Amino acid sequence: MITLTVNGTRRSFDGDPTMPLLWFLRDELALTGTKYGCGLALCGACTVHVDGQSARACQRQMQTLEGATVTTIEGLHPRGEHPVQVAWREIDVPQCGYCQPGQIMQAAWLLTQKPTPTDEDIDTAMNGHLCRCGTYPRIRAAIKAAEGQR
Amino acid sequence: MTARDLLHRREFLQLLGAGSLVIVVGPEGVRRLDAAARPLAAEPWSPAVYVSVAEDGVVTLICHRSEMGQGIRTTMPMIIADEMEADWARCRVEQADGDEKYGNQNTDGSTSIRDFLRTYREAGATVRALLEDAAAQAWGVSPTEVKAQQHEVVHVPTGRTRTFGALVAAARTMPMPGPERVRIKQPGERRWQGKQMTSIDLGPMTSGTARYGADVILPGMKTAVLARPPVWGGTVASLDDSAALAVPGVERVVRVPGAPLPSGFLPLGGVAVVARNTWAAIRGRDALRITWNHGANADYESAAYQAALAEAVRKPGRAGRTNGNAAQALASASRRIVGEYYVPHLSHAQMEPVAAVARVRDGTVEAWAPTQSPVDARKTIAGYLGLDVAQVTVHVTLLGGAFGRKSKPDFVCEAAWLAREVGAPVRVQWTREDDLRHSYYHSAAAHRLEAGLDAQGTVTAWTHRSAYPAIAATFAPGVTGAEPDELTNGASDIPFHVPNMSVEICPAVAHSRIGWYRSVNAVHHGFAIGSFVDELAHATGKDPAAFLLALIGPDRQVDLSAAGLVAPASNYGATWADHPLDTARARRVVELAAEQSGWGSPLPRGRGRGIAMHRSFLSYVAAVVEVEVLPDGTVRVPRATVAVDAGFVANPDRVRSQMAGALIMAMSNTLYSEITFADGRVVQSNYHDYPVTRMRAAPRVVDVHIVESEGLPGGIGEPGVPPAGAALANAIFSATGVRVRRLPVGSQLAGWTTGATGRGDR
Ligand code: FES
Ligand code: FES
Repeated sequence: MITLTVNGTRRSFDGDPTMPLLWFLRDELALTGTKYGCGLALCGACTVHVDGQSARACQRQMQTLEGATVTTIEGLHPRGEHPVQVAWREIDVPQCGYCQPGQIMQAAWLLTQKPTPTDEDIDTAMNGHLCRCGTYPRIRAAIKAAEGQR
Repeated sequence: MTARDLLHRREFLQLLGAGSLVIVVGPEGVRRLDAAARPLAAEPWSPAVYVSVAEDGVVTLICHRSEMGQGIRTTMPMIIADEMEADWARCRVEQADGDEKYGNQNTDGSTSIRDFLRTYREAGATVRALLEDAAAQAWGVSPTEVKAQQHEVVHVPTGRTRTFGALVAAARTMPMPGPERVRIKQPGERRWQGKQMTSIDLGPMTSGTARYGADVILPGMKTAVLARPPVWGGTVASLDDSAALAVPGVERVVRVPGAPLPSGFLPLGGVAVVARNTWAAIRGRDALRITWNHGANADYESAAYQAALAEAVRKPGRAGRTNGNAAQALASASRRIVGEYYVPHLSHAQMEPVAAVARVRDGTVEAWAPTQSPVDARKTIAGYLGLDVAQVTVHVTLLGGAFGRKSKPDFVCEAAWLAREVGAPVRVQWTREDDLRHSYYHSAAAHRLEAGLDAQGTVTAWTHRSAYPAIAATFAPGVTGAEPDELTNGASDIPFHVPNMSVEICPAVAHSRIGWYRSVNAVHHGFAIGSFVDELAHATGKDPAAFLLALIGPDRQVDLSAAGLVAPASNYGATWADHPLDTARARRVVELAAEQSGWGSPLPRGRGRGIAMHRSFLSYVAAVVEVEVLPDGTVRVPRATVAVDAGFVANPDRVRSQMAGALIMAMSNTLYSEITFADGRVVQSNYHDYPVTRMRAAPRVVDVHIVESEGLPGGIGEPGVPPAGAALANAIFSATGVRVRRLPVGSQLAGWTTGATGRGDR
């Protein structure tokens, strides 16, 4: 039995210990904001925060998460008004929107590490996050706008 | 219960009719629906637009097209609500189920605004007129004294107002306004013309609550992951499912029937592992031991196929367009230049792999899917399961990217089949590997262009031969190449002024499922033509932008059906009278992109600009791409400039985002992506071997300039891709001297600083 905290709520899991956190979130907790895109840490769609660090939920097996604190897009801010979310709306970043929860989680984490990221910092932090719709220029602009709001 | 559920029960009128004003507009005209009317299903007509105003003032619009990032769920209400004078904050959008009652729902070909702008405006103007008439009647004044304004009607002489909601009851019984009362706004009256409106789905998309195909959860739902034949047309020879069934959480292993070649919209067939959760289903699928009969395409090798297509275009083909006598003009030209190009198979690689949910109750199917074409999904499910179309309902979720992949309902059929077999709701989840390996691929294409030039360097002859498997080959046997009307997707309908032209089709047989991919044939047509024009400019020592403008020639409007095109001389479904080849528009976008990009200003070594223009989907787009090529051959795009003339543009912000997205997708097509086949199977499996554009390479700035126009709208979702790919390749040539004629660029630029790559002729 594994116990962990997800978006502030204690949860337990006694299934296949090799199950990736992604499927626990989506299938067991119905937290479908965390997306599946590749399953191989290639796209970033599944990004969440584990103990305050950005993590790929498709790569974190449940057996590594005993006692962990997990935050998903649904728990990033109680009213969905994290500065990154606000900036994303101001700039109207999404096209199809599918990659955006992962992008937002990564950008929120980036700003905890680098409150005023350079373009190079943005490239480094965001390069693992695919957006097939091509919203990259707006993602960059929104990160800069969010930085200004903190 | 949502409006969507009620629609499913054909109780739409009762729902929106209960106290609401409901206006519908279809090909047959405008009507008001009332609660006493027959159920929608019994109505003999198909309104595409539904507008309702409730007594609390909430405006509900039904969106009958699918949202896949292009913004239709925002642009449609922008047009209707602006015309109505509604308040944006009080407009809601409901997504239509698949139903022929909505007319053509197939969201492809960049047609949504093109086909429905007039209808949307008419709907909005009718509602406005009705509400104004209701207010005038209530006040006992002339309708000429009242004016709808921001969700209320004002009596202009006295300043009295009444809200839309308060007028609904009267507006439901007023006589319908005559045509003289239904007045479409003049451009200056449009409140949101040129403005950025908050996208309808922005809140859910940024908070994790937007619902895509795989996010639908039903009580008792199972998850299925399938093993499909690795080769198109393959079948299961033997199956050992003992290890799969031993995986904890796996409940069933079910055979899924495949369709014989060519399989069309139907599933490929195979073996499904049905489990309690996705992880168990994936592990169970991995544990299946299957031997396959590979069938007719087992020998398909894309390298050999490329060589065969390249050979095919060296011989004359069937005519697609003939003007003058190209052969004779070539023979007498003072100079002849040839360019040969190749674009490989591509896959959509949309971020949401296909997924669908279905439930079967009392012999009827209810499916939820990210589908571009819910009516095709309904019909195909009905055929596959042996049901009547009326027994199938398809609900449309948001689409996590589509790009043409989700026009095909094979994955929805799988879910429906399994739901019936298992007797429980089933979600079919494709893994990324499944999505890349069992897609409907963009045609691999070879092109050979030859131009004849006179002593001044003017092009007098143009021969263009192409060979690529046709999309039709996915649906009908014996198809041996493209049809002439595939050439009118940007090859035979080019706006160039060349007196002797021959555009020809050479044979190509399909060995994989070929399907629509954003911009379709214009992807490879645009790359080949745009590159060739640049090659001609450099060969004649002319500036590429100036050369392109000279090739476009004098301003003229041409009906190509009467000027050389072989029938059917299609024009994206439009008439040539409405949308002639308008070379002034082509010229204008080239000039605009050149001006705005700083074309001609010097750049350091390793940097370069390229330009290209292409007309597709009835829009004219020019792109100037600036590249930086690093010593190791890595390509970055610091900046790109796009000029677009798409006629009237309802939502410029979404046009800008579509043009930027198209350019970034064109970078993927040009620089990185390629699907290859070996032993009939797709070699690539995930984003490591099917790379697409990432943040670091993407442009910092995509500067989009929209030509202001009240003209008939063209497409927006697709026309940005073709010129961008060619402009990028041309920029690479300018930066490095390397002419890329085979996509993707990949590692072709390694060693460019030393000339080791075989430099071009600059
Ligand atoms: S799904 Fe985890 S990185 Fe792609
Ligand atoms: S917005 Fe569609 S994948 Fe990023």
